[in-house]
Amino acid sequence: MPKKSMLQDTDYYHQVIDCQWACPAHTPVPQYIRLIAEGKYTEAYLLNRDSNVFPGILGRVCDRPCEPACRRSRVEKEPVAICRLKRASADFKGDIAPFLPKIPKKKNDKIIALIGAGPACLTVANDLLPLGYQVEIFEREKNAGGAMRSQVPSFRLPRKVLDEEINTILDFGATVHYSAEVTSLKELLNRKKYSAVVIGTGAQIGKDLDLPGRKSAASWCHIAFNWLASVAFGHVKTVGKRVIVVGGGNTAMDCARTAKRLGATEVTIVAPERDIEMTASPWEIHDATKEGIIIKNLLLPQSFATQKNKTGLYFRELLSCYHQKRWDPQFAKAEPVFLPCDEVILAVGQRSNYGFIDEGSGVSFASNGLPVLGPHRFQSSNPKIFFAGDAALGPKNIISAVADGHEVALSIDLFLKGKSPSERPQAKLTMRSEVLGYLQLSYRSDYVEKDRQPVPEVPLDERFDCRDTEVEKGFTTKLAQEEAQRCLNCDVQTVFSHNACISCDACVDICPEACLSITPNQSHDNLQGLKAPLLSEDQILFIGEINKGRQLMIKDEDLCVHCGACAQRCPTGAWDMQLSRIDVAKAGCHE
Amino acid sequence: MKNARDKLSHPSLTQNKVGLVPKDYHGEMSTLCGGCGHDSISAAIASACYELSLEPHTIAKLSGIGCSSKTAAYFLKSAHALNSVHGRMPSVATGANLAARNMKYLGVSGDGDTCSIGLGQFIHGVRRGINMVYLCANNGIYGLTKGQFSATSSLGVTSKNGQTNPYVPIDPIILALEAGASFVARSFSGDKNQLVPLIKAAISHHGFAFIDIISPCVTFNNHASSDKSYGYVQDNQVYTASIQDYVESVPEIMAEQTPGRLTSVLLSNGEEIFLKAVSEDFDVYDKEKALQLMRSFSGKKEILTGLIYLEKHSHDMHQTLGTTLENLRDIDLSKLTLSELELKEINESFS
Repeated sequence: MPKKSMLQDTDYYHQVIDCQWACPAHTPVPQYIRLIAEGKYTEAYLLNRDSNVFPGILGRVCDRPCEPACRRSRVEKEPVAICRLKRASADFKGDIAPFLPKIPKKKNDKIIALIGAGPACLTVANDLLPLGYQVEIFEREKNAGGAMRSQVPSFRLPRKVLDEEINTILDFGATVHYSAEVTSLKELLNRKKYSAVVIGTGAQIGKDLDLPGRKSAASWCHIAFNWLASVAFGHVKTVGKRVIVVGGGNTAMDCARTAKRLGATEVTIVAPERDIEMTASPWEIHDATKEGIIIKNLLLPQSFATQKNKTGLYFRELLSCYHQKRWDPQFAKAEPVFLPCDEVILAVGQRSNYGFIDEGSGVSFASNGLPVLGPHRFQSSNPKIFFAGDAALGPKNIISAVADGHEVALSIDLFLKGKSPSERPQAKLTMRSEVLGYLQLSYRSDYVEKDRQPVPEVPLDERFDCRDTEVEKGFTTKLAQEEAQRCLNCDVQTVFSHNACISCDACVDICPEACLSITPNQSHDNLQGLKAPLLSEDQILFIGEINKGRQLMIKDEDLCVHCGACAQRCPTGAWDMQLSRIDVAKAGCHE
Repeated sequence: MKNARDKLSHPSLTQNKVGLVPKDYHGEMSTLCGGCGHDSISAAIASACYELSLEPHTIAKLSGIGCSSKTAAYFLKSAHALNSVHGRMPSVATGANLAARNMKYLGVSGDGDTCSIGLGQFIHGVRRGINMVYLCANNGIYGLTKGQFSATSSLGVTSKNGQTNPYVPIDPIILALEAGASFVARSFSGDKNQLVPLIKAAISHHGFAFIDIISPCVTFNNHASSDKSYGYVQDNQVYTASIQDYVESVPEIMAEQTPGRLTSVLLSNGEEIFLKAVSEDFDVYDKEKALQLMRSFSGKKEILTGLIYLEKHSHDMHQTLGTTLENLRDIDLSKLTLSELELKEINESFS
């Protein structure tokens, strides 16, 4: 059943803003898109930075959970190009330095150790440095960035953008120890210097396939995580002509496209899933196939070729590999398939390395191998030790690591101020009416019928010579502003005052998407008499009693395009369009 | 907002039998005050025509002058329409209907158009039995001229500016019954569950169908001392019968499903509506009882709504006149006039 609400609270309004709700870091998407539409790129960038910290990076390589959630994709087909608009804010911003948080000269006496200079720990540093904390980052590589540097290929994310946004944080005054892998947590704790430790070491062990012949294939079979890092750090510069990538996720796409740039002419991705079951984002699959990469589905690797002068993989054909979303391969009755190749890259998942967490450091692990994180968010069984990003909850993505970083920073701040991290401040909701007068709204409420703008790209024949050539050129300001107009302003909320309603039907009649219904008062569990049937189980419903309790005003939020017609036709102001701003709690906000 | 309405429609609202979706029955954006009952009537007409799968080009919308008469622009954008002189809509309807009897005629009018300046036109339109639906959006006020009392304002009610109405009202329902309307109903703009099936039934009826619709004027007649405000009608609406359903010629199926309390009413086009009578002795075919019932409600607090009278064997103007079944406008001129030879023969017969 859809979630129903008689009361409109912060969570209700937050869920109406599908993109912001879906974003792990709860970036206020419609708000920054409006700023872009107005040409205020610097403001849009800074607003982004508040929640997602790396707008230039994430504007290129985010997993974009916001886009499948976008209301536009339900109203028509394609969501707003939210991610690429974020990049536009980064591309066209002015000088942001004057607007960055001020770092206090006088520090408090708390030093926080951050293990791993990836997105999670960098976010913690970003949040805690302005509050007067000191941070020390321990990084095993020579550069900061973690997986953003070692795993994301430079043709998707230029080093310049990466350096710029990482340096913004490091310039807040973080102390970074490079080439300083922490091998013993106990030893670090024994220094008695740190008030809290954050483990943000990511998931840096690529999974291997234990198949016959694997050992003899060692010279031509690589693990994706290591291989991508070796390419990124310049240790690997070439690859064989025929490359097979095993796996159906985004890493497989990155490996295949990288191989193409290192000289491979025949790149094949082989996945056991059906095409629609692959975990890779549809746009990454699209980008890979566009570059001539072949994807073969329903093949499960069986063994490596072991004969001399013969390299390749044996597969068995599958009928299916999942049953009710659980791994359950059903083999086809067919001969094994041999795919010859020169090199194989295994992109079959990754996990975290907790080897440096010694016995006696007070950190407990659950049976699934992940640390036990108590009711206090991201706090381990040793209250001084926090986990963030992939190291905390298993492999996810950059934006989730950023979101975790914010949570950990807040937890640490609360913890070190003697408060319980589980008693978190509520998200702050501010609302302001956007109705200026009769038929006048202060935001652009008309429905812009326009297809999603494709992002301009470097032509295919120019992109493979240099590995660093960024494929996407990004939106021009003109394209960005056109795309920005597709946003439906879901943060301008329809707010209902049931006492003012005279049940005249004006809103019900005018609503273009049949979102509103006035029905006789009835059971909320089985609503009858709706103008249009409910299409989604997940969407929230507003229910208000009107007409002395005799009737219900029901709003199905699913397809509301926030055009404001209901508020404009309402004779009593019972419907109001109010701009909502939802600020989730962050470190320092409780002071 | 007009923009969104023109471009979008809910994906589950599917095509009707003639391949149209609800939005195809919309009109221009209303310029009436937000919350006007007339807008609800427009929406109800659009729903009724969508549900009946009528093709807009087979419908003519006719109106006079007034807030109500403006609404002809706000539904069925692609239907024919004529916004005529104040109170003269029945004459225009007569002419149009004579020329093209096979079209559907929707007259939208108000209490001023119907009961003041156009009273005589209205009565004679009913008398002639034009095959049309005549909707009177009755708000008891002259809204377009800022809220003076109209001919349907109840005796003793006060206007928004504090004046008391010294005149007895005209009840268009009683006039329609007396003048021979074969389908008479009263409804409320805020009650689409009743209004939409009534409009559908009226459209399916052959003969003069009259629906008086209490339609609150939010700007001038929605105050506490009004008896045509949203609140008043919501509190005091009573029903002759509740219309259970509107079905298209499937009586045997319905007979199985419906208990005996429902009365099936067969419309002249073979379609059927079901009435659940509120009082046991209510008989929708008894004109005398209908008149008594209406008179008994005059001066009462309650407003009686629903289908009030239906003539069993209704007929229309064309049957009275014995005209041809074809649309007159479609008949070739040579068929309508005498040839030279025929004329000569007639003339010679007098010599």
